[in-house]
Amino acid sequence: MTDTLTPVLTANWGDERAWTLPAYAEQGGYDALDVALGMAPEDVQTMVKDSGLRGRGGAGFPTGVKWGFLPPPDPENPKPRYLVVNADESEPGTCKDIPLMMASPHTLVEGVIISSYAIRAERAFIYVRGEVLHVIRRLQAAVREAYAAGHLGTNIHGSGYDLDLVVHAGAGAYICGEETALLDSLEGRRGQPRLRPPFPAVAGLYASPTVINNAESIASVPAIVKNGADWFAGMGTEKSAGVGIFSLSGHVKKPGQYEAPLGITLRKLIELAGGVREGHELKFWTPGGSSTPLFTQEHLDVTLDFEGVQAAGSMLGTRALQIFDDSVCVVRAVLRWTEFYKHESCGKCTPCREGTWWLVQVLERLEKGDGKPEDLDLLLDQCDNILGRSFCALGDGATSPITSSIQYFRDEYLAHLEQGGCPFDPATSTAWAESK
Amino acid sequence: MTLAAETYDELREIAARYPQARSGLLPMLHLVQSVEGRVTPEGIHACAEVLGLTPAEVSGVATFYTMYKRHPVGTHHVGVCTNTLCAVMGGDEIFACLREKLEVGNDETTADAPGLQSITLEHIECNAACDYAPVVMVNWEFFDNQTPESASQLVDDLREGREVVASRGARITSWREAERVLAGFEDGLVDEGPAAGPASVVGLELARERGWAAPADVHGSADVPEEPSEAVEEADTRRAESETIAEEASDD
Repeated sequence: MTDTLTPVLTANWGDERAWTLPAYAEQGGYDALDVALGMAPEDVQTMVKDSGLRGRGGAGFPTGVKWGFLPPPDPENPKPRYLVVNADESEPGTCKDIPLMMASPHTLVEGVIISSYAIRAERAFIYVRGEVLHVIRRLQAAVREAYAAGHLGTNIHGSGYDLDLVVHAGAGAYICGEETALLDSLEGRRGQPRLRPPFPAVAGLYASPTVINNAESIASVPAIVKNGADWFAGMGTEKSAGVGIFSLSGHVKKPGQYEAPLGITLRKLIELAGGVREGHELKFWTPGGSSTPLFTQEHLDVTLDFEGVQAAGSMLGTRALQIFDDSVCVVRAVLRWTEFYKHESCGKCTPCREGTWWLVQVLERLEKGDGKPEDLDLLLDQCDNILGRSFCALGDGATSPITSSIQYFRDEYLAHLEQGGCPFDPATSTAWAESK
Repeated sequence: MTLAAETYDELREIAARYPQARSGLLPMLHLVQSVEGRVTPEGIHACAEVLGLTPAEVSGVATFYTMYKRHPVGTHHVGVCTNTLCAVMGGDEIFACLREKLEVGNDETTADAPGLQSITLEHIECNAACDYAPVVMVNWEFFDNQTPESASQLVDDLREGREVVASRGARITSWREAERVLAGFEDGLVDEGPAAGPASVVGLELARERGWAAPADVHGSADVPEEPSEAVEEADTRRAESETIAEEASDD
């Protein structure tokens, strides 16, 4: 039986000067790179595939399988291959990649080098959101140190393998977390999603074969290479292997990062976090960020793996567990998320650009108590016209909090109409509010 | 006024980091902001000239991204997270308090006052620090677990030019200097601040306390899909992997 918490990626975050190369090397950092360079690239790919690692950026696609989508090298038409790390962490509630890159940027850099070797890329990019200055400093320094130590550049560790890595800061656009929008942004354009096919594996960055993976996925690779595919697969569940960082925020006593095998429950995590705020009860929560349908008390024992959460009607997403207690108005919460989607809609497709605007209009009047009971059906109809009809997943995600909150809290929406306003006092939900 | 020759050199230096120069445009615009205090027409022309684009093409990119400002930004940029979780935890109250205190609206800058540093106030979206809610950013450095009182003190210190240190980060310089780092030029402050804040290591510390660790010697096998179609079925396809579904469909 695996322990309840299993620090792997977070294991060195408490170390003195953990972000520096000497501190990382002292913990065996860059040993996995030697192991990988002693293997054939295909074997590294197989190892990652066999580990069962599934994408940690939300969709849960098997990382090794994704790598396998690259077309075989064509000597007649040799196009460079690229690895792009999606470190644009912006999904509301998600806060795992940022502390990872701040505390241990070398874990990610080593993962980039091994993964690039596995897919035979000679250039890699870390696309990090721009609004995290100190994280960007730490990444820049880690890359500089890695070059100086011969982990990057030409003939890495005498293997004959060459790799260049650029840290690229974004400029504040949630949509750039969508992988094809990220590619357009990295090409110096507006960050709008691309029509597929062609897929990034075939025609990605500069129309060359490209792999895009989330930062936590890539950072998981060194530990897998060092300890073996079986080791990783031995944790978690059969179909959701390994460990992942669970981010608890909101109304729990000890919010923070808890690294555990996939398949843990929120009941267990809340217990570890010291419980919900004194004098209050859990009301609703997001399993994987604001784009994943809300859960309630009745979902406390859902296993937090890809299958368990999906079966219960939501998505594991990025394991961004935002906890809201009974002091919080669900309509206020959903309105604010919807305003976010409206602001971040890139404007490329009509259902999302116009639809998110209309959703805000209707939710605003409901929250103020000016709406009508029929507005709930209107909202559901609007969601129906956005979900599955938008160009990318942003529009789909915008509908999740609305449809799920109406499903579980219809009466609370109606209470706004009956009382002619919001029945909740926002002052009671703040971090400094006296407990009841 | 056109930009200095040194700035042109640095713009070219950024473009040269990439296999295709245009990839440098986002960091180049960050550099423009660090020099000009906003994205100016001169800055747009300089980027266009270096990359062989039209000014309209550069403007089209600059206007897409929230971090690029068309109005002058103050010495410091103060961002209050008012996305749902931070708002509920008190971000709304903090933002209202700072608005009143600084007498500015969203994305506005304080009036010039002798002896005081100017501040641009903005409500921002989720900044990936939800476990430290409510969060305030100064020049994109983290100020964790804020209250109206602490945020009020923070802007007082910034206005008066007193030294301010981020919760997880370095001592505060200025918005322009921060923009220069985003353009890819290091400022030597990387070793300031902790590796992680208290919430980042709360699980790690609990594990140590209870003697929990990832096992050294487990062996298992994951049920790995052999066919891409199987992988697609198992993935949360509604979210981000719709491309693979389409790929499968196009194979049929």
